Amino acid sequence: MNLSLFLVVLLTAIALVVAAMLIARLISPRSYNKQKGEAYECGIPTRGSSWMQFRAGYYLFAILFLMFDVETVFLFPWAVSLRTMGVDGLLTVTFFFVVLVLGLAYAWKKGALEWK
Amino acid sequence: MFDFSVVTKWVDDLLNGILSPTWATFIEFVLIGVCILTAYAVIALALIYIERKVCAFFQCRLGPNRVGPFGLLQSVADMFKMLIKEIIDIKHNDKFLFNLAPYVVIAASVLAFGCIPFGKGLHILDFNIGIFFLIAVSSIGVVGILLAGWSSNNKYSLIGAMRSGAQMISYELSIGLSILTIVIFAGSMQLSTIVESQANGWFLFRGHIPALIAFLVYLVAGTAETNRGPFDLPEADSELTAGYHTEYSGMHFGFFYLAEYLNLFIVAAVASTLFLGGWMPLHIPGWDGFNQIMDYIPSPLWFLGKTAVMIFIMMWFKWTFPRLRIDQLLRLEWKYLLPINLINLVLMVIIVVFKIHF
Repeated sequence: MNLSLFLVVLLTAIALVVAAMLIARLISPRSYNKQKGEAYECGIPTRGSSWMQFRAGYYLFAILFLMFDVETVFLFPWAVSLRTMGVDGLLTVTFFFVVLVLGLAYAWKKGALEWK
Repeated sequence: MFDFSVVTKWVDDLLNGILSPTWATFIEFVLIGVCILTAYAVIALALIYIERKVCAFFQCRLGPNRVGPFGLLQSVADMFKMLIKEIIDIKHNDKFLFNLAPYVVIAASVLAFGCIPFGKGLHILDFNIGIFFLIAVSSIGVVGILLAGWSSNNKYSLIGAMRSGAQMISYELSIGLSILTIVIFAGSMQLSTIVESQANGWFLFRGHIPALIAFLVYLVAGTAETNRGPFDLPEADSELTAGYHTEYSGMHFGFFYLAEYLNLFIVAAVASTLFLGGWMPLHIPGWDGFNQIMDYIPSPLWFLGKTAVMIFIMMWFKWTFPRLRIDQLLRLEWKYLLPINLINLVLMVIIVVFKIHF
């Protein structure tokens, strides 16, 4: 039941975009002008393409995020069953948690958290 | 307290009485879709109006007051204006990704919207991994924003999308960890269970100091997650025109606008569900008369009231703090919020495992 409801909600979202776009395309005006297709930057013609290499700082944060987020995902099932596991649960995850904190400390020490 | 599952049960019985089971299910699905769309559109329009009014009052202006009484129909008029604006096709963009981006953004926000418990029995998606699912689907929105910025082939869009991506993924970590703190305390990820276990006191009050810290961290991270307030540098108008949706026009832009306000609502709704008891009335143990009076107020009103308070606080942020720079933004997350969150998590674990109360 829940899976089909999930599909219903997803289809609703798609239907919303399709319907609104259809209505907008039907009733919105059209005018053709060569200048209209240009990129909206600053009034003078754009220089070159925007699909170029971008600064690596963003990539570094994405990698850090990936590391921490995956670890958070592993912590969720543990969080649910912590009450039943008690002290055992705490001890099992302590090692994992220390590695996680060490990872952050390492990144910090290496200067990966600085924006240069 | 009135249980809304009576209503859904009645509709279900009625449809099954008239039609064959397959058709009854189909019509129920269509009804669910219509309900979602109506709530989605109404909440978005209301939020746009409220935002403009609140902004105006913070700046000693009147805000919209021409269309309808007190300008109440302003956002409806805006919606129609947006529908009849021309959708401009840009020459050098990636057509497929450019058109795909609004779908991704809207799908993420509608799916997250479907998970929220609006009242007793007013719940569409109630997975046993509810809150986890909610984080997962709402983070798909980042992909849509990155697609929009990249496919536009515009420098401002690209910079805006990259900033937005870095910001949203960074702060998602804090959101995830502060939610994890509450999941540890509640012992469940199902949203209905989380709400029901707050019947005798909201987690903000019952969860000792860690819940309070998690709440504050969640508020800051949630504001950043919606790209607003002091964290609106992905669309800093004075530097980047409009950020990742610079090249979108008409209704195409409207989708991003819609999703932005719905994300604001979702963040506030999750805050009120996890920390302020969702649709649970304010109960004080021992005060039976008081508790009974509170029970008379319908559950959706409680939920929407708490959410409105959270939304107001987030709008307040916007007019109180100046915009951050990208290095300050990332430092706040990685050097302050994340370590605080990790320590807070350990505190909560100690409370739950050793039953220490302070």
